[in-house]
Amino acid sequence: MKMQKSEVRLMKGNEALAEAAIRAGLDAYFGYPITPQSEILEYFTEQIPKRHGVVLQAESEVASINMVYGAAGAGARVMTSSSSPGMSLMQEGISYIAAAELPCLLVNVVRGGPGLGTIQPSQGDYFQAVKGGGHGDYRLIVLAPSSVQEMCDFVFDAFKLAEKYRNPAMILTDGALGQMMEKVEFPEEGSLPHQVPDWATTGKKGRERNFITSLHMEPEKMEEINLHLQKKYKVIEENEVRFETFEIDDAEIVLVAFGLPARICQKAVELAREKGIKAGLVRPITLFPFPKKILSDLSKKIDHFLVIELNAGQMVEDVMLAANGKCPVHFKGRMGGMIIQPEEVLEEIEKIIQQPILQE
Amino acid sequence: MSQEILLEDMQCVYQKPATLTDDYMHYCPGCGHAVAHKILMEVVQEMGIQEDVIGVAPVGCSVFAYNYMNIDMQEAAHGRASAVATGIKRVLPEKYVFSYQGDGDLAAIGTAETIHTINRGENILMVFINNGIYGMTGGQMAPTSLFGQITSTSPYGRDVEHNGYPLKITELIAHLPGAFYVTRQAVHTPNTVRKFKKALRNAFEFQKLKKGTCFIEVVSNCPSGWKMTPKETLTYIEEKMLPEYPLGDLKVPAQNNI
Amino acid sequence: MHITDEIIIAGFGGQGVLSMGKILAYAAMFENKETSWMPSYGPEMRGGTANCITIISEKKISSPVVSKFDSAIILNQPSLNKFEDHVKEHGFLFYEASTIINPPTREDIMIYKIAAIEEANKMGQKQISNMIMLGAFLEIKPLVKRESVLSALKKVLPERHHHLIAVNEQALLRGKELIEINYHVSV
Repeated sequence: MKMQKSEVRLMKGNEALAEAAIRAGLDAYFGYPITPQSEILEYFTEQIPKRHGVVLQAESEVASINMVYGAAGAGARVMTSSSSPGMSLMQEGISYIAAAELPCLLVNVVRGGPGLGTIQPSQGDYFQAVKGGGHGDYRLIVLAPSSVQEMCDFVFDAFKLAEKYRNPAMILTDGALGQMMEKVEFPEEGSLPHQVPDWATTGKKGRERNFITSLHMEPEKMEEINLHLQKKYKVIEENEVRFETFEIDDAEIVLVAFGLPARICQKAVELAREKGIKAGLVRPITLFPFPKKILSDLSKKIDHFLVIELNAGQMVEDVMLAANGKCPVHFKGRMGGMIIQPEEVLEEIEKIIQQPILQE
Repeated sequence: MSQEILLEDMQCVYQKPATLTDDYMHYCPGCGHAVAHKILMEVVQEMGIQEDVIGVAPVGCSVFAYNYMNIDMQEAAHGRASAVATGIKRVLPEKYVFSYQGDGDLAAIGTAETIHTINRGENILMVFINNGIYGMTGGQMAPTSLFGQITSTSPYGRDVEHNGYPLKITELIAHLPGAFYVTRQAVHTPNTVRKFKKALRNAFEFQKLKKGTCFIEVVSNCPSGWKMTPKETLTYIEEKMLPEYPLGDLKVPAQNNI
Repeated sequence: MHITDEIIIAGFGGQGVLSMGKILAYAAMFENKETSWMPSYGPEMRGGTANCITIISEKKISSPVVSKFDSAIILNQPSLNKFEDHVKEHGFLFYEASTIINPPTREDIMIYKIAAIEEANKMGQKQISNMIMLGAFLEIKPLVKRESVLSALKKVLPERHHHLIAVNEQALLRGKELIEINYHVSV
């Protein structure tokens, strides 16, 4: 269902995300300053007192994520945001939230790492976001926007998915998307109704008591919880995969990239096509669930995959699993906050297609 | 079965509050947690707020508090109970919210959350069970362990030069302007239990005023961790714990403020 | 005119580099064009060198990150050293006369030397040098209308500075005149 859009504004990605959250009926935001996502906290502290909801600057990311746990457990529509080092601090709490099946939105505006790293854009937290991140077997639903418009739209999608599956959802974006400005159209406020779920701890009124926990001392019970979670993740994988393709019909080499680099790759495909190279692009929108099928199907008819990431090669492993040896999977990445340029991608494409293909 | 028949002819003069579940408590014989749980739930029952109270359990011996308290509860990560309670209270400001934490949880790993929750003056009650030891993990040294106290990680006794001082977190937080009511109580004698109950009642009544955090320390025991009989722990509390952690109010609201 | 114009604006923090890019982006939005504004962010914003890429297009913008530019507006020497080679063949380069000692040397692009700081000082408002530069730029590359730029100013300037919109408009006109005088462009 397409939502009614109201007005067009020029906004930074971080601010668009925050405005979208307010319009999505956010009940509470808890967060801590860290570059390059502090605009989110700043926007909320400026807007929420004039509109609706709760905003609180916590004493740390550790406190923030546990406030999210409390508020989500109390049935509120709640979120936090941070950037890489802060997200690392939150991992314990995220594991608890996933185990207790509390819906909430987490936003990671990724910066270059490891360590204190840099404040420039990166995709170095892919593994952390899609493979769990904290302790134990759990998954987040991970959405990767590639425009300021999607920084807005995916807030709505993420809340819907989180509440549908009682699972934390993450928007995995980067410093550049957070800081850049583009046109954005916002949905009307109130277009995403929210009911307090019946499992929430709102006071034991006219029902048995509710409790939120992730502790089950009996291994049989804990295995049962795990099986339940895995079953849920399977359902998510079957129903919620999202991706975008560009010029793949006759493509011989297909780029795979998510987030901002996907747009850089789209430009590279345009440049390649101008030179007569049959290039295409697959852009995973959901990183978990990962679009395995389209990549698996393509692997049987194309000559090469080229994965472009702003890291040392993380999603490339998932592309390899999907290709399963059916076609070569190449990788080019930039790290430490460096952004890859369209011309650099084109160069890589040309290098690959000039190599002789080894017949089996 | 035979018991039920006998009970029929008897008059009920005492029963546990309906705010406690029928689950068997896992606490060791003589442990102060059981008493503290019961008194806390008695106050909830007597105030008639069972439908409006949400508790937060910690990580520590009282991790299963939600199995015994017949109210809505959340189980927090280690040290984060007051942050979880903050999250609940901020979205449900009209409800009564409390955290129930031990010394390792509240005064070691959760010190930052403790101080900042109180410094914000969150309108919650924090119940702090201080028995000077990590009970759940098998009797390790806690921030509140006494000078010379032997634990599994201070086998030669707590040495100030090596491990620092027993942390008087309650004295520390009493200075914070966000703290509204700060008191230190105990549950090892009938008299201290009565006073603890009164303090709990005060704290819940104060929560309605929305004037800041109420904080009740309970100097308690740990027969298993201290490697004593329950009876010996009572003497130890009197002779060793109370001189270090004297009972009484550390901060009470001015009469014109309530 | 190209259907898409990819513009780099670079200089010291405090020269109004990021604002110029924002003003162009807002003006483009008011004209229903596609636009993106990508800043270099971080410590640069606090006094070092700063740059931003603004793209204005008639069609959807694929990459907001580019390394070759149709236009460059360069306000200091380090930025010129860095970006001169990144101007596309037959592209346009505008540079600040007073801060750039070693001028650009390329012969395959159009180069405009603008004494924006000197003019701003003459007008008694040294903060408006960026608008003089922008006026000159738009005279050569009329990507957006002056009315749109003025509306954009209202968005970019904090409300307490809205009384400065008139002087900013004069600065835009002064920039246009500098082109007319020095480069004999007939309007």
